[in-house]
Amino acid sequence: MKKQITFDRVTLGYDRKPILQDITFSVSKGDYLCIIGENGSGKSTLMKTLLGLIPELDGDITFSDGVKRTDIGYLPQQTPVQKDFPASVYEIVLSGFQNKCGLRPFYTKKEKENAIQNIIKMGISDLKDKCFRELSGGQQQRVLLARALCATDKILLLDEPVAGLDFNAMKDMYELIESLNKSGTTIIMISHDLSEVEKYASHILHIGKSVFFGTKREYLEHSEKKGGLI
Amino acid sequence: MDKLIMYMQYPFVRYALIVGVLIALCSSLLGVTLVLKRFSFIGDGLSHVAFGAMAVAAVTGLSNKMLLTLPVTIISAILLLKNNENSKVKGDAAVAMISVGALAFGYLVMNVFSTSSNVSGDVCTTLFGSTSILTLAETDVYLCVILSIAVVVLFIFFYNKIFALTFDENFAKATGVKTEKYNFVVATVIAVIIVLAMNLVGSLLISALIIFPALSAMKMFKSFKAVTICSAIISVLAALTGIIVSILMGTPVGSTIVAVDVVAFAICHGIGMVKR
Ligand SMILES: Nc1ncnc2c1ncn2[C@@H]1O[C@H](COP(=O)(O)OP(=O)(O)OP(=O)(O)O)[C@@H](O)[C@H]1O
Ligand SMILES: [Mg+2]
Repeated sequence: MKKQITFDRVTLGYDRKPILQDITFSVSKGDYLCIIGENGSGKSTLMKTLLGLIPELDGDITFSDGVKRTDIGYLPQQTPVQKDFPASVYEIVLSGFQNKCGLRPFYTKKEKENAIQNIIKMGISDLKDKCFRELSGGQQQRVLLARALCATDKILLLDEPVAGLDFNAMKDMYELIESLNKSGTTIIMISHDLSEVEKYASHILHIGKSVFFGTKREYLEHSEKKGGLI
Repeated sequence: MDKLIMYMQYPFVRYALIVGVLIALCSSLLGVTLVLKRFSFIGDGLSHVAFGAMAVAAVTGLSNKMLLTLPVTIISAILLLKNNENSKVKGDAAVAMISVGALAFGYLVMNVFSTSSNVSGDVCTTLFGSTSILTLAETDVYLCVILSIAVVVLFIFFYNKIFALTFDENFAKATGVKTEKYNFVVATVIAVIIVLAMNLVGSLLISALIIFPALSAMKMFKSFKAVTICSAIISVLAALTGIIVSILMGTPVGSTIVAVDVVAFAICHGIGMVKR
């Protein structure tokens, strides 16, 4: 397995104030890494650091195997969209291709077709011309996932993708993510849902007071020794 | 009607209409972005900076005031944006400081150094636009036309990038879009629009000219493209109506246009309610 992302003793935080120290882990192609930890333990901060939205305070983050930092598509924890934003589903999904445009002002025909493909893949083709802000939370998540797929099909970073979804929507979302993983996309997912994590993850990174990284099996053995999940 | 046709024979009336329509078109384009992004406060601050620059230009007796106001406003736009990205002073506080400072400075300069006999009249004109129809020098007209075309072309060229940036800047940045560069373009275009619009409605009413058409269009349409096109149409129609009314009734042109914009907003709000 070729490593795509390596964190080597990385310290992360805001404004030079560290929140987490000495984080070491790596992700290889096809992995399904789940990041778990309590509220406020720094999961979203880790994600922002990985994406390059905030700088790491110490240590090295390396990208290899033909992967660049900008090859990561992501689904934010909270959609930062203002209440009144006028945008159709299609416009939003298409905007995922912006990173491939460079200075080119318009999207190509191929990109437009791919956007439609991704909309179909997410099962939201009937919503294509709907206004984003008038969709339900679960529908919005799918739209943003379709956008992320336009930006890349190598690595997807998902920050609590099922928060606020009902049981069925949640199940659908997990299955969708699993099918993407099966087709070769590396998944990095932040989650609180331990039973689902046990079901789907190949690797687990636990952050907080104690930091653990390993395969799912290692994690289960480790937590058994400690008596229950850490 | 006869009165209108008679007026149309004068070149300055035709100039006023052409320039008015072009400025209205430009100022509506970035309305949505301004309304939805934190750029809105920058727009407000910049119009005050433009006022300060205009005051200095008036006092130094520059024949073409835009030669001073344009670069000053563009530089301030860039500085404000930079400051907003990496500073401890909250963005809006910095803008408030600069804008109120520029306003006071401009008035002071005009009062102390002005050779004109009617200082308060001059100030009023700069703040609220000229009291009667626009009287623009020919060079001003050309400059306005060229700048307006440049703004429209830039907007079309960067339309998709502006959408991505306005909708979700973090996502764009994370996936490798050069967001700083495009923010810079947007700030420059906003500065140009503000300097242009100051000719038409004066520096205090600029925000109205920029924001009302966008808010009106947002009441009726739900995709970015439709809202952008609709706000351009509303803005142009409102400017035309406003200018014509101001010619016929002798009202101040800037506030007339803004009043028409407000009426248009009320109508769109009504249509939006019915649609729902
Ligand atoms: N923009 C910010 N500036 C400074 N500190 C922040 C910022 N955002 C979050 N923090 C702090 O960083 C810590 C980690 O926050 P983070 O959002 O990464 O938690 P999380 O693990 O994602 O929690 P949750 O499960 O609630 O999503 C928290 O203590 C929070 O107060
Ligand atoms: Mg979080």
